[in-house]
Amino acid sequence: MHDDTTASPREPSLQHHFDDLGQQHEAATLGMWVFLATEVMFFGGLFAAYMLYRVWYPGTFGAASRTLDITLGAVNTMVLITSSLTMALAVHAAATDERRKLMAFLAATMVLGAVFLGIKGIEYHHKFVEHHIPGFGFQFEGPAPERANLFFSLYFAMTGLHALHMIIGLGIMTVMLIMAWRGRFSARWHTPIEISGLYWHFVDIVWIFLFPLLYLVDRHR
Amino acid sequence: MDTLAFPRTHYLNAEYGLKSWLLTTDHKRIGLLFLGAISLFFILGGIFAGLIRLELLTPPGDLVSDDTYNKLFTMHGIVMVFMFLIPSIPAVMGNFFVPIMIGARDLAFPRLNLLSWYIFMTGGLFTLYAIVTGGVDTGWTFYTPFSTLSSHSNVMTAAIGIFIIGFSSILTGLNFIVTIHTMRAPGMTWFRMPLFLWAMYATSLINVLATPVLAITLAAVALERAFHMGIFDPAYGGDPVLFQHLFWFYSHPAVYIMILPAMGVVSEVIATFSRKSIFGYKFVAFSSLAIAVFGFLVWGHHMFVAGMSVYGAMIFSVLSFLVAVPSAVKVFNWTATLYKGSISYQTPMLYALGFIGLFTIGGLTGLFLASLGVDVHVTDTYFVVAHFHYIMVGGAIMGYLGGIHYWWPKITGRMYPDMWGRVAAVVTFVGFNLTFFPQFVLGYMGMPRRYHAYPPEFQALNVLSTAGASVMGIGYIIPVIYLLWSLKYGAIAGNNPWGAKGLEWEIPSPPPTFNFDKTPVVTEPAYAYETREK
Repeated sequence: MHDDTTASPREPSLQHHFDDLGQQHEAATLGMWVFLATEVMFFGGLFAAYMLYRVWYPGTFGAASRTLDITLGAVNTMVLITSSLTMALAVHAAATDERRKLMAFLAATMVLGAVFLGIKGIEYHHKFVEHHIPGFGFQFEGPAPERANLFFSLYFAMTGLHALHMIIGLGIMTVMLIMAWRGRFSARWHTPIEISGLYWHFVDIVWIFLFPLLYLVDRHR
Repeated sequence: MDTLAFPRTHYLNAEYGLKSWLLTTDHKRIGLLFLGAISLFFILGGIFAGLIRLELLTPPGDLVSDDTYNKLFTMHGIVMVFMFLIPSIPAVMGNFFVPIMIGARDLAFPRLNLLSWYIFMTGGLFTLYAIVTGGVDTGWTFYTPFSTLSSHSNVMTAAIGIFIIGFSSILTGLNFIVTIHTMRAPGMTWFRMPLFLWAMYATSLINVLATPVLAITLAAVALERAFHMGIFDPAYGGDPVLFQHLFWFYSHPAVYIMILPAMGVVSEVIATFSRKSIFGYKFVAFSSLAIAVFGFLVWGHHMFVAGMSVYGAMIFSVLSFLVAVPSAVKVFNWTATLYKGSISYQTPMLYALGFIGLFTIGGLTGLFLASLGVDVHVTDTYFVVAHFHYIMVGGAIMGYLGGIHYWWPKITGRMYPDMWGRVAAVVTFVGFNLTFFPQFVLGYMGMPRRYHAYPPEFQALNVLSTAGASVMGIGYIIPVIYLLWSLKYGAIAGNNPWGAKGLEWEIPSPPPTFNFDKTPVVTEPAYAYETREK
């Protein structure tokens, strides 16, 4: 039964149109999962294009892929996976009412995310120096430079879109950190931390697909 | 239970002022914000249609140049598809009634709902900017390599505008899915929901899964134009047909985004004006889901002449035949509902009946197009144009107008004069058929689409079509007049002017801001009309 139109003073985190915190939590979580499904479809278009052209041009894609820095890519992969660990620990800390730990793990996640972006920046810089950025004086030594252009277009589009999502993720983490600092979260209600965690894990998983597809093409050659 | 009164406080007068509208989180007000926006866009799209039909009155291309004509049909398509049809029923009637029909106080994410409107307006203004600063000439389908390499029109701006608009659809769909899953009132089980909600749910599934693909495809077109990515350019090893696959992977499900909500409206209207439960409720409910699922599997039927293998074409052809089956299931079930129903022919019912007839014709001609041999003859002719206008205008717009007329009393608390409503419905129906039936013949006789000139032997049918368009235009203008008139002078509607079943008819007209004083408890199935003893 619901009669009043404002949030109950005893339950400030309950929005008025929900009956109870459980329903609100269920809605927020389902909402984030549906959003992640849309993100899968969003990235999917680029993945589809990449798969097509990789099947058509295995030689050139292999050659172009080998110019990427596999060490930096691998380091970044470890950095991002670790950031997912710290994020999961942050969610756990929220669930156990440990405000300081929550803030520490959120900050750690952000630092690792920033490290990832920094390394990505270094890689992009390398590509710029080697004239491997399409549209900016592109040159490639090999039999089919235009197809290498295609590889790098997809490389920058896919990693760029991923990086954009990471930047947004860092923004979200900042908001979460501020809210945590203000003591907004409790074991009873910490839904924003949970759904931010879902988002961050999704961004991580996208990279888990991107790394082998882009960096590990024909590396045994 | 019909209180024939105008409530003292309701969602329209609970708060006053521009800020109370622009910062509202009330799903009903947001529905009206969308109504205003899409109505303006509909007028714009209609103006482009009028210019097209005006040009086609005479065989030579004498009204506008060929480049301008390309822009006219492109912008007609873009405005009508992305800025009118896709949002129409979901953003107006879905927003207004999804919470009420499940017994909730609002959607799951009210602020996201408002954001959805702002995103829509931003994208709409972007696209309008593209239109007024020179237009786009690629067709609403943006085929490459013309759109990426050769077109000198505002492709980038339009692509960005539509990209932005897409997020509006995604957020609305997300909101509906979560709302329907988590906020149904006690006793409102899935199979007690009105069929309009099943239609909204299925539409929302398509919205959230298909629209992102359009978004990334348009982004790729923009990147191609800006940085020469090469993804669709043969000179770089790219394939222009890849664009078609990616585009139609969204745009075919998109047509189901446009028709499913109208089918939902028809279910509601047919039940109310036959005073009978929809025959085969579960079949109709599952058919909505089936359309959503199958709709994702048939995109290749837009590409039969693009060079695909015969085997691929055959598979898409068979699947396209299959996707017609759930639609047919609905038509048969509506017909069975009418049988021995207590039928009254008020305005909403006329639109619903019109829908059934015109959608059937449009749908059946879709099967013509799904047949490979026939398709080779009629593809890219006016046959296709007629087919999709039968579905989109004869179907979706009739459904939309039916919904407007059905729920107008609930939204505004006023009745419109039913006689004028019926006149307008008939005028629209006659005008529509006069406009588009000749186009089936024209297409079959070989008149290509997207040409501003044609051989003289096609003129008579083109003149008929343009005349029909004028009649149809009148049919659309009449409701604007009496609906606006009704706001001030219409009879008071009361809670339930149609004597219909459904939670929305148990609350005052217009509803209070939070819909229900007490959360309803649902104990009966949908459309629980009393059956008469024989």
